[in-house]
Amino acid sequence: MLMERVQRIHGPADLKRLQEALVQGRDPNKPCITVCAGTGCLAHGCQHLVSAFREELTSHGLAAQVDVRTTGCHGFCERGPVVVIHPQGIFYERMQSQDAAEVVERTVINHEIVERLLYTNPATGEKIVYERDVPFYKNQTRLILAHNGLIDPTSIEDYIAVGGYSALLKTLYTMQPEEVLEAVKRSGLRGRGGGGFPTGRKWESCRQAPGDPSAGSGQAIRYVICNADEGDPGAYMDRSVMEGNPHSVLEGMIIGAFALDSHEGYIYVRHEYPLAVENTGIAIERARAYGLLGENIAGTDFSFDVRITRGGGAFVCGESSALMRSLEGDVGEPHPKYVHATEKGLWDRPTVLNNVETWANVPLIINRGWEWYTGIGTEGSKGSKIFSLVGRVNNTGLVEVPMGITLRKVIYDIGGGISGGKKFKAVQTGGPSGGCLPEGLLDLRVDFDELTKVGSMMGSGGMIVMDETTCMVDVARYFLNFLREESCGKCVPCREGIERSLEILNRICSGEGTPEDISLLEELADLLQGFSLCALGQTAPNPVLSTLRYFRDEYEAHILDKKCPAGVCRALIEYYIDPQACPGCGACVRACPQGAISGEKKQPHTINVELCIKCGACRDVCRFGAVFVR
Amino acid sequence: METGVLALNGAEGVVEGIEKVLDRHQRDKTAIIAILQDIQDEVNYLPEDALRYVAQVLDIPLSKVCSLATFYKAFSLQPRGRHVIHVCLGTACHVRGAVRILETLERDLGLRSGQTDENLQFTLETVNCLGACALGPVVVVDGEYHGQMSSAKTTRLLKKLRTGEEKLAASQ
Repeated sequence: MLMERVQRIHGPADLKRLQEALVQGRDPNKPCITVCAGTGCLAHGCQHLVSAFREELTSHGLAAQVDVRTTGCHGFCERGPVVVIHPQGIFYERMQSQDAAEVVERTVINHEIVERLLYTNPATGEKIVYERDVPFYKNQTRLILAHNGLIDPTSIEDYIAVGGYSALLKTLYTMQPEEVLEAVKRSGLRGRGGGGFPTGRKWESCRQAPGDPSAGSGQAIRYVICNADEGDPGAYMDRSVMEGNPHSVLEGMIIGAFALDSHEGYIYVRHEYPLAVENTGIAIERARAYGLLGENIAGTDFSFDVRITRGGGAFVCGESSALMRSLEGDVGEPHPKYVHATEKGLWDRPTVLNNVETWANVPLIINRGWEWYTGIGTEGSKGSKIFSLVGRVNNTGLVEVPMGITLRKVIYDIGGGISGGKKFKAVQTGGPSGGCLPEGLLDLRVDFDELTKVGSMMGSGGMIVMDETTCMVDVARYFLNFLREESCGKCVPCREGIERSLEILNRICSGEGTPEDISLLEELADLLQGFSLCALGQTAPNPVLSTLRYFRDEYEAHILDKKCPAGVCRALIEYYIDPQACPGCGACVRACPQGAISGEKKQPHTINVELCIKCGACRDVCRFGAVFVR
Repeated sequence: METGVLALNGAEGVVEGIEKVLDRHQRDKTAIIAILQDIQDEVNYLPEDALRYVAQVLDIPLSKVCSLATFYKAFSLQPRGRHVIHVCLGTACHVRGAVRILETLERDLGLRSGQTDENLQFTLETVNCLGACALGPVVVVDGEYHGQMSSAKTTRLLKKLRTGEEKLAASQ
């Protein structure tokens, strides 16, 4: 990317002037086609769409009159590639490059709507024209994600134009470090990475830590770290923030560093997120160029710089003490926490580690004030939270809502309910440390404390919806299998406890479970919770305990009746073809890898259960819905 | 310093590549993980000789380099295939049937997850969530995402990859 020379910013007036110039240089009525270039839309081929738009505009001689902007994740990943046409805010979904010509001609030039590209509300059948009216967006409160769909993440100018870095300048020029700390404390902000620890208190204990007396310079060295090692399966909020608006995180970190008198920061990004690494790298370069990062930030005597480190693909490195060991170039094994990282963290120096979303909240609190912030959310959990709403739900995507919203509102009003007309069974929150909540808890108000009370947790914000085709014993087994692979193996309770629990679950799923197995699982859960070294082991039993608590009947069906009610566990099911529904097209015969299906042409087919490996290929290809599981 | 330790089966330019990586990180011991990552990006895996070389140059015990190379999942001690296939086993993909996609691939390729075939054509790996949950179940081949996979679509995808491999073999 071309890095042109820019004027360094030397104070609030400079930033204001730059922002005004940027805003004035941009006609708000100039048509702009924004194309989502988040990972979901990229996977749907949005880059071809962008080139198609550019070519079309050029061929109409409109390249100068109409902007095309690739932005970060809009959040409505289910409908990608997502396009919004400004200034009207017309929303087109699932756009392909061959649609670009029609949109340029009809919408951009003739101001018409292309009906077939509009979103249809599945509840009413009504076509929706504007992004703001789509129920998925309408029911959200977007603070952190507010600008994701508007700005080009690689352009610091885009961020400054919407008011970016004004919180930093306000901090540096009008506030004392203690005031920043006080504002964060009073805001009630709690860590978004999972633990929900009050951010202000964490900062305060780091500030008060004496640091390393042997350092000699009289000044303790402190570090700030951004944890972007988002590892919970089914959660991708942090990815979208890092990819879509990296400056908001960076700004939060610089403000935090000022409050903590820290001069060195690290962003630890998950290895599987190359786009996040790239966009964050660009953001750092650009912020340095403007003098907003590095030596003498914005003309003050405060200096702070940030480095990016790529993770090595270990889930446990999302745990703070393991992450710090990894930053030091060591194996990512957690340490006991009787000494907090705020006193002895990275290289044994006082360290504050916060999650991506936590950092991104900081500029908002500074700009709008802690009083405003405490007006959002519940008594114990303030502000908004981004959830990644995924699984068997109609509108998969990123959802930002105020704390305290009910699960029902998230899943039904925003998520559009369960996909494929199936019945809701459970929603899993909190990643592998969380739990599965049943239908009876759909009216639960989601915040840190309420979720913990019912045996789950907030975690980083994954919300996986499960329907009647999901087996809850299999889900518990899935998470334990995940944790067994990711346990670092350092402490015995975690290493052995998870392994043995998994053995029992495997036994139950294969129809060899005994009634004693349930109490044995509970006993092992006690051991894990009480004696594991870090949160990975301590919370590992949650998926088992919560499914036992709310879905015990499914465990009993597996153990006593040797049945899997959801039709998932291989050993307990059998595939068959309904002769009434099968027209004998032969598609399943061709799909079956085992040659287990036979039948005359145009006659109902049958499956030989002796040969069948229950792979489900026949059910996938059957257009008549004639393949069933019993 | 002895550079003769590195005789990477005639793979020319490898030592130079590693040296470049080491220079980029100013031979900083604490950057060892990033160094190994960059070497893997260059060489496609971490050959034993490369580990020995790095340990020697940075003066880190070989045992520690090995423990890092085996602890972090991003590292491979075996050469990887020309096509690396990742099957996402995140929760969203799991509830949408990712296991069946993995099994289809395992059966069709004759490989277990984590293995590479002897012709170095394919490496099959699993990953715990790629954060592309709307596309689930997701398979990523050489960085390209394939969403809403079924076993039939998976078979078709493999067929396409194999045809490409055959063409490559024929042209050589």
